[in-house]
Amino acid sequence: MFDTLRTLWLTFLHIGRRRVTVGYPENKPPLPPRYRGRIILSRDPDGQERCVACGLCAVACPVDCISLQKAEQDGRWYPDHFRINFSRCIFCGFCEEACPTYAIQLTPDFEMSEYVRPNLVYEKDDLLISGPGKYPGYNFYRVSGVAVPGKDKGLAERESRPVDLHSLMP
Amino acid sequence: MTVPMPLMIAVTLAALLGLATALTWVERRLLGVWQDRYGPNRVGPGGMLQAVADGIKILFKQDWIPPFADRAVFVLAPAIGMMTVLLSFAVIPVTAWWSIASALNVGLLFVLAAMGMGVYSVVLAGWASNSKYALLGGLRAAAQMISYEVFMGLSLLGVVMQARSFSLRDIVLAQSGLWFVIPQALGCAVFMLAGIAETHRLPFDLPEGENELGAGFHTEYSGMKFGMFFLAEYAGIMLVSALVTTLYLGGWQGPLLPGGLWFALKVAALVVLFVLLRAALPRLRYDQLMALGWKILLPLSLLNIVATGAVLLLRAPGG
Repeated sequence: MFDTLRTLWLTFLHIGRRRVTVGYPENKPPLPPRYRGRIILSRDPDGQERCVACGLCAVACPVDCISLQKAEQDGRWYPDHFRINFSRCIFCGFCEEACPTYAIQLTPDFEMSEYVRPNLVYEKDDLLISGPGKYPGYNFYRVSGVAVPGKDKGLAERESRPVDLHSLMP
Repeated sequence: MTVPMPLMIAVTLAALLGLATALTWVERRLLGVWQDRYGPNRVGPGGMLQAVADGIKILFKQDWIPPFADRAVFVLAPAIGMMTVLLSFAVIPVTAWWSIASALNVGLLFVLAAMGMGVYSVVLAGWASNSKYALLGGLRAAAQMISYEVFMGLSLLGVVMQARSFSLRDIVLAQSGLWFVIPQALGCAVFMLAGIAETHRLPFDLPEGENELGAGFHTEYSGMKFGMFFLAEYAGIMLVSALVTTLYLGGWQGPLLPGGLWFALKVAALVVLFVLLRAALPRLRYDQLMALGWKILLPLSLLNIVATGAVLLLRAPGG
């Protein structure tokens, strides 16, 4: 009985409290940089695609919403097509964790509603941005041992020259 | 002052329906205030047109009658609910001169009879829907409403004994010295609780246990027929508030301000209390509801009658 009246009184006192609602379209909520929103494909500092079409993101994806096909040009791998079905995506971020090249990243943008469901299927053109995203200095081909035009094996950062197996020298 | 009866009926009806509609918005805003949020604030200034928008939406929604339902009764049930609530307002004296039939010498009995008919609305709705959820919801509603109706009537007997009349106007006039809420505090509390249960408002909104029953007795209802249950509930809140005002808070009586304003203020305060109850209290368990009714409130209302009678007997001349 007393509890009930106390509850009533305490609830009544909320009349003077500040409202916690965020009036959304006018006031945007502050989102941390690592908020898991719309997925993008980033480029390396040289402006080339970071994605090497390894498919790890598609494997890691628990809802199978990523589809891609590898292509190759001058020793560099890149996705021929890269498709994310955002009507299935659960924004778990596993693809970002799985990505060895920092190519796929989740951004704080969550305003991506559509009136037509097929519009939620994003193609590579929709996903690929012009900048490096959250990792400004990283260039996968600069640190990997893969030979690409302009960089031979052993020329990457912190990489030693390959061992010549045919030489008898120590 | 005399007002032509058809005009009075028309104005009362229009005001009731308008207020019941507006109350849907008021309640949501007030709940927002008490729960640290805004509630509807987009449509019109302060969200005031929300009720209009809801009305337009509900009118244009598909009004579907399930093929397995008993058509005639299914359509009749919400109408009965609405009608019983509106009928009860006929005997409520808004001011000394504004009321349809407040001088009716069995006014209080009429109100109780009309409110008792409200049980038909939920039971028939539950039965005609021909669905387990609706039927169980209707049964629960019936058991709850009948239980609470018993001591709702009994709790009012104290007022009747003190005012020596069943006419609501006489009851208001009998309170010119002292509002009955003081001598009849116990009866007032019991009547309030019974009234909340009668309109199935929180914390006694058991007919609509959405966890276990779907939406309860109106599970199968849609469109305006659902809207009528909804509006009947809000009109019911106003009815119970108006009754408490009339029976315990001196009706239109009050200093300085005109009578109608006093009546409106008292009713508004009680309506706000109803919303506060909804904002603050969780729903009771069904057995708790029944135990509270039969084991606490019924003995209390009987005690109230005995005590009132004893006091009246002691005070009676030559007693």
